[in-house]
Amino acid sequence: MTITLTVDGKKVTVEDGATILDAAKKAGVYIPTLCADEDLLPFGACRLCLVEVQGDRRPMLPACTTPATDGMVVRTSSPIIDKTRRNVVELLLSDHPEDCLTCPQNNRCELQRVAAYVGVRTNRFRGEKHAYPIDDSNPFYRRDLDRCVLCGKCVRTCDEVQQLGAINFAYRGFRTKIATVLDRPVATSTCESCGQCVDKCPVGALYPEAWLRYGLPTRETKTICSYCGVGCGLILQTRGNTVVGVRGDPDNPVNRGRTCVKGRFGYEFINHPDRLKKPLIKRDGAFVEATWDEALDLVAQRLAAVVRESGPDAVALLTSARCTSEENYLLQKFARGVLGTHNVDHCARL
Amino acid sequence: MYSDYASLRAWAESEIARTRPADRTRILVGLGTCGIAAGGLDVLAALREKLADMPVSAEIVPVGCIGMCFEEPLVDIVRPGEPRICYAKVTPKSIPTILEEHLLHNNVRKDLAFAVIGDEPYDGVPAWKQLPFFATQRRTVLRNCGFIDPESVAEYIVHDGYAALAKALFEMTPESVIEEVKRSGLRGRGGAGFPTGMKWAFCRQSPGEHKYVICNADEGDPGAFMNRSVLEGDPHSVLEGLIIAAYAIGADHGYIYCRAEYPLAIVRLRKALEQARALGLLGERIFGTDFSFDVTIKEGAGAFVCGEETALMASIEGKRGMPRPRPPFPAQKGLWGQPTNINNVETLNNIPPIILNGADWFAAVGTEKSKGTKTFALTGKVVNSSLIEVPFGMTLREVIFGVGGGIANGRQFKAAQTGGPSGGCLSSEHLDWPIDYETLTKAGSIMGSGGLVVMDDSTCMVDVARFFLNFTQSESCGKCIPCRLGTKRMLEILERIVAGQGKMEDIDLLLELGETVKLGSLCGLGQTAPNPVLSTIRYFRDEYEAHIKEHRCPAKVCKALITYRISEEKCTGCTLCARNCPVNAISGERKKVHVIDPAVCTRCDTCRQVCNFDAVLVD
Ligand SMILES: Cc1cc2nc3c(=O)[nH]c(=O)nc-3n(C[C@H](O)[C@H](O)[C@H](O)COP(=O)(O)O)c2cc1C
Ligand code: SF4
Ligand code: SF4
Ligand code: SF4
Ligand code: SF4
Ligand code: SF4
Ligand code: FES
Ligand code: FES
Repeated sequence: MTITLTVDGKKVTVEDGATILDAAKKAGVYIPTLCADEDLLPFGACRLCLVEVQGDRRPMLPACTTPATDGMVVRTSSPIIDKTRRNVVELLLSDHPEDCLTCPQNNRCELQRVAAYVGVRTNRFRGEKHAYPIDDSNPFYRRDLDRCVLCGKCVRTCDEVQQLGAINFAYRGFRTKIATVLDRPVATSTCESCGQCVDKCPVGALYPEAWLRYGLPTRETKTICSYCGVGCGLILQTRGNTVVGVRGDPDNPVNRGRTCVKGRFGYEFINHPDRLKKPLIKRDGAFVEATWDEALDLVAQRLAAVVRESGPDAVALLTSARCTSEENYLLQKFARGVLGTHNVDHCARL
Repeated sequence: MYSDYASLRAWAESEIARTRPADRTRILVGLGTCGIAAGGLDVLAALREKLADMPVSAEIVPVGCIGMCFEEPLVDIVRPGEPRICYAKVTPKSIPTILEEHLLHNNVRKDLAFAVIGDEPYDGVPAWKQLPFFATQRRTVLRNCGFIDPESVAEYIVHDGYAALAKALFEMTPESVIEEVKRSGLRGRGGAGFPTGMKWAFCRQSPGEHKYVICNADEGDPGAFMNRSVLEGDPHSVLEGLIIAAYAIGADHGYIYCRAEYPLAIVRLRKALEQARALGLLGERIFGTDFSFDVTIKEGAGAFVCGEETALMASIEGKRGMPRPRPPFPAQKGLWGQPTNINNVETLNNIPPIILNGADWFAAVGTEKSKGTKTFALTGKVVNSSLIEVPFGMTLREVIFGVGGGIANGRQFKAAQTGGPSGGCLSSEHLDWPIDYETLTKAGSIMGSGGLVVMDDSTCMVDVARFFLNFTQSESCGKCIPCRLGTKRMLEILERIVAGQGKMEDIDLLLELGETVKLGSLCGLGQTAPNPVLSTIRYFRDEYEAHIKEHRCPAKVCKALITYRISEEKCTGCTLCARNCPVNAISGERKKVHVIDPAVCTRCDTCRQVCNFDAVLVD
């Protein structure tokens, strides 16, 4: 079933179950949001997406949680909507550090984007600001809660996407914050450092530690993770010729933007000076660089020699979890069909 | 197990006859939390001790709160064939006199007796309905509180208990139960006043594998104790209401969400559940019918926001108590994703009488849109601090000056706050307005669950607004920005004003922020939190201006704006104040005028309270 409604005068047709926000997106109408995310369930916390629905008893409704209905007439801007949004952003900024220039999220920050959109210029609200210590216990990412807008995306990502629930809202009122179990440092918590939440954070509250050392990325390149047979789609983030970060490829059907800790954070070996880039062959007790052809020829010769001298069962093949299923299949085929032995095994069985 | 009401009732009557011979005197002791707090347990001990060496056969019955918290501890004596005489403010010391005179010498102590809880005066003691406190009250919800032993199911049954359940099961369909509740005009007593019958109908119509009913006994409003008194004084009637709701909706399981700070209520609820199960009124095949239903008690940890229905359900599911947006409404997707109906204790408590006496009986009381009665926890600067139940439509004046006995200590009425911490403050211009849902909303307040705080001219309205906002801010769940940060900034502005650092623009800023918080917040907590601020600005703006423009607190409350001094004319040099000042701010010799050093004084008010000559002045 489909539903047709009007958003800011534009007619749009959506599937049953779509929210007003979905409809607005489809109609090409921008509604500011901080807590809505396509991968997460509607939450309705930031209140920036408030819109007016003609004929509704309530003066304003959140677009991200309100289902679209047939014939609905939605307005995304009015004096009271604009004023409420402006005040909400002004309130947020009244408890936000004024350090955008040194913030890793500068220019990509969603708070900057909504502040610019609603047009906040001054701040009339003086008062207490949070001053949490930065949690740098985790080697991969930093947590600076002074910048947190409590959109809950990290909490919901960890719960709904990663199914882990390592973090949640804690305390009440102004003291509300995101915390691990018993509010302990991240490194001593149940967090698995998958970095999924870091990717989702709309502001500079969660960011990769590497950015402090390498600076921010300037270019992105799609690739496939080489760590395991799942083969997640990755986007390598580079600065010059250095890989400074990785994020999951949201368009890749295998992982749809997700990765594990190795895929997301285990990339620094790429930049390491000791990294092997060519095969080595031991000659006279020392490793010497060789070409792939030389190396493979040598392996083939030695295998053939052992089989000839001592029979096929003198050889065993051990394959790797970093290979795909197809590669593992080929290897056992090679063992049985070419070498003639059943001696194959896999590191994942150990 | 009984499969008809007559045999259940016969059991209860034989039970009462067996345990309470008609020729035995009964002594009722008020042992709700209020009675216990006033010293009821000491009185009980004294009673037991005295009775032990008196040649009379008497039995002590603990009962719940009858509402006269201001007269606790209460002891009532009922001799065979005589009316129930209520003695108020009883102490362990007065027990021997009361018992000896009343029981041995047939002499009701008129000077100690408070009233006859009965229709006629007796031996010079007035009937309760002759007292202004009781004259205009009408007890539907509190019908059994203070009258029956809350731990005796037999006593509940002989007071028509479970007759409504039997009637619903044997004579009515679920649809006709809902129809009856709809026609009664009953509205939810938990705050929002949503029509109960309509809510039940939504839930009945909602498709779901299971359905749940929840009794909201969280009662988080500070100073409110209506629900607690009912749970302690008449737990079975709440349970009966819940079972009838389950039958009407088609629910197979229920929860009573009660705050852990109500230990006595929880004990009595648990007992009530066991008794009901043992009689086949709860569990498999209730009253031998096909209807099965059971109830779990869930103890809440005492967060105000957990009274909000979606937060409450999250809490039952073991999650953090944080509200979520509606739709989906609980009736569509509630507890564990199933259709759920949630009602307040008092709402449910109204159900058995409605089913038993009919919708018309119920709807005959109240106003056009607010039917029946409402309980209030009447507190603050009122003579009779009490639990009361009055028909909707009564005016504030009738409640405060009639039932409440007026303002304490001969002071002037200034304001009344209804609706708990996020209700608004009404002024003397509203004294003759009727109390009902629509009128209170029009006046900038809310009905809430029934808190009614009376304030006199010694109350600073800016300070009151600050006090309530401090509560809502620290109880905000922190989820949405307007509530979490808006109430914080509003609170800070109020803190500056009471400290004498306010600016006139602050009033406009409060109004603007108040609007954003009201309109922008996700749940009822934020949507109502600005009410105390907005209503005090509306009705007591002059007090805000005095604080800001003149750095003066008209009620002489705000510490930064007042100074203490000692009147040269009145001070007799008794040294009492100097000896009591906690910071030694007062100097002076014996029989000479004393002096306060304003630099040292912390404005704790001790000296003013101890001085016997009213010599300490506050400017
Ligand atoms: C912050 C907040 C606290 C609430 N606390 C209570 C409460 O303690 N008891 C209650 O019955 N309802 C409370 N409510 C109202 C409930 O959400 C719900 O409307 C009510 O339980 C429905 O029952 P009713 O229809 O019988 O009134 C609260 C609402 C809010 C927003
Ligand atoms: S890094 Fe992964 S496991 Fe850790 S909190 Fe974030 S989402 Fe949860
Ligand atoms: S840390 Fe980031 S994602 Fe998590 S709540 Fe704060 S702003 Fe949102
Ligand atoms: S699961 Fe981890 S290691 Fe495996 S491909 Fe995905 S990101 Fe790489
Ligand atoms: S209004 Fe307040 S209590 Fe309600 S969801 Fe928002 S932050 Fe939580
Ligand atoms: S108000 Fe308190 S501190 Fe000040 S003089 Fe009196 S007793 Fe001392
Ligand atoms: S995007 Fe709708 S409330 Fe945050
Ligand atoms: S630039 Fe927005 S949080 Fe840093």
